[in-house]
Amino acid sequence: MATKDIPAKDIPAEDTSAQDALEAQERDLTELIRVAVPERSIRADLRAVSIVWRRELIRFRTDRLRAVTSLVQPFLFLFVLGNGLGRLASHGLPAGVDFETFIYPGVLAMSVLFTSIFSAASIVWDREFGFLREMLVAPVRRWAIVVGKCLGGATVATFQGIIFLALAGVAHVPYSPTLLLTLVGELLLLAFTLTAFGVMMAARIKQIQAFMALTQLLVLPLFFLSGALYPLNGLPAWLTVLTRIDPLTYIVDPMRHAVFAHLSVSPLALKALSPGVTWDGWLVPIGLSVAMVAVIGVVMLAIAIAEFRKTE
Amino acid sequence: MTPAISVSQLTKKYGEIDAVRGIDFEVAAGETFGFLGPNGAGKSTTIKILCTLADPTSGTARVAGHDVVRERDTVRRNIGLVFQDTTLDSYLTGEQNLRFHADLYGVPKAAFAPRLRQVLEMVGLWDRRGGVVATYSGGMKRRLEIARGLLHAPRVLFLDEPTVGLDPQTRVSIWEYVNDLKKREDITIFLTTHYMDEAEHCDRIAIIDHGKIVAIDTPEALKASIGKDRVQISTADDQEAIRSLAEVFGIEAAMHEGLVTFSVESGEHFVPRLFADMPIGIQSVSVSRPSLDDVFMSYTGKTIRDAEATVGDRNRMIATRFGRR
Repeated sequence: MATKDIPAKDIPAEDTSAQDALEAQERDLTELIRVAVPERSIRADLRAVSIVWRRELIRFRTDRLRAVTSLVQPFLFLFVLGNGLGRLASHGLPAGVDFETFIYPGVLAMSVLFTSIFSAASIVWDREFGFLREMLVAPVRRWAIVVGKCLGGATVATFQGIIFLALAGVAHVPYSPTLLLTLVGELLLLAFTLTAFGVMMAARIKQIQAFMALTQLLVLPLFFLSGALYPLNGLPAWLTVLTRIDPLTYIVDPMRHAVFAHLSVSPLALKALSPGVTWDGWLVPIGLSVAMVAVIGVVMLAIAIAEFRKTE
Repeated sequence: MTPAISVSQLTKKYGEIDAVRGIDFEVAAGETFGFLGPNGAGKSTTIKILCTLADPTSGTARVAGHDVVRERDTVRRNIGLVFQDTTLDSYLTGEQNLRFHADLYGVPKAAFAPRLRQVLEMVGLWDRRGGVVATYSGGMKRRLEIARGLLHAPRVLFLDEPTVGLDPQTRVSIWEYVNDLKKREDITIFLTTHYMDEAEHCDRIAIIDHGKIVAIDTPEALKASIGKDRVQISTADDQEAIRSLAEVFGIEAAMHEGLVTFSVESGEHFVPRLFADMPIGIQSVSVSRPSLDDVFMSYTGKTIRDAEATVGDRNRMIATRFGRR
């Protein structure tokens, strides 16, 4: 019969603690190490932001499975859906532009969508497992905790996006430094706003099941209405309205704009594929789009902070 | 010297439910003070207020000389907390959990390393500091929490049911660490428990029932105030036995924990009389010296287990109304 080795660390070890304690006594630690906890200051709050942020990174690093699984969906969209639908869509596409290239910016946005919101879900887990309490009773301002969490989620999600960005060449998107920098910046903004949105929800929703259900309910409509998979012009009126309400639209469009600016396509094709967001015929400038997403993110962050400042 | 904790006319309502109904007490610096009562008596609510996690409905509370509502952050810097439920990040190592805490509490960077070693050695976890918390046993997790609660050298350490959910052997070892800690650190300990035997570790205890303090004194003084031994008997007919006890001996007995229970002065001298004069058959008898359980019973009219049985419904009501906090 084959024997299986059980790694020692998997055994919830009943420890050698009694002996440890004895040794400690022998070493005579009766001399107390004085720790003076300083008065609250902005530096203390920033230190709190930093440690909450770093915890997200540590947990992301130890959870490789999550990193892999959350990339599965964008991969499916880009390569399976992109290739499959691409045959059909190629009739409507100008020569030289693949369907994969067209949907690449939208799918790139998707690659941070899930990770961002799931990072926020960790607040619900933290509440469930009590760790949130450890953070909430600390002598730091609540904004520091919330900001640290949002920055952590945004960093992790952007990192995920960057992995996906490395595949740009497969979708015939050029590796131009300016393009890559622009896209990383836009991903960071998107990830931050989405995490802020998730944290805001997590302040109110205390059960993980409810949080997950609501996420599922919101994420796909947000994605499908953002123009990630189709151009935003010539849509039926109702769909036009819905796409303009979806905040994700205002980040997918700048990302697509950036990608198309680095492709050599005719002005006519550009107009057909990356028409920009219009409000009743008025073209929304890229700067305004980006600013709107930033403002939404900051407002959600403010709401999240206000929610977490409440005491029982 | 300012008391470590002083509470005056404190109340807390959750909607219609009075969790705490006007309590007053003081805890001197360096004292180990226990809050004893059944689940749902108001212990956890009081501790939450003292830790600034909940605002009182009325009344005031000061911890380490600071008001828990107006000087919340100062209070927080001066207290260490160990909750009933674990509040560790089980994905991080023991050391990472403590480092997180040190940064949140602003422990000076130079002091962190020696203090880390000191608190981890105190609870016997120094060698396990690199292990992920998920691999720790229940007792190790609790000890890590105690170490974490002490890391920033608080003036008051709150232990909310520090041994609940642990096996008896681990409970004993947790108390060894706590008693050891009292000798080493210059600290006031405020703890809640619903285990009577654990209350004996305190310098003073307050018995709380239905949101009110019914007695407050040293364990010895409280036991002395009862002065009687507790006798429990099982008989062929318990109702008949209670009647006979009243008729023959003039003793008021009641059913507790399925046994006929009553108190008498010097039980060992009473038992022979009981066997001689009791008209119905006695199957077993036990005599116990007054314990805190008896103290609880004499002040509240029920054993702590009886109290838990009745308080269960009230708890569930609070739980469904307010969700888990």
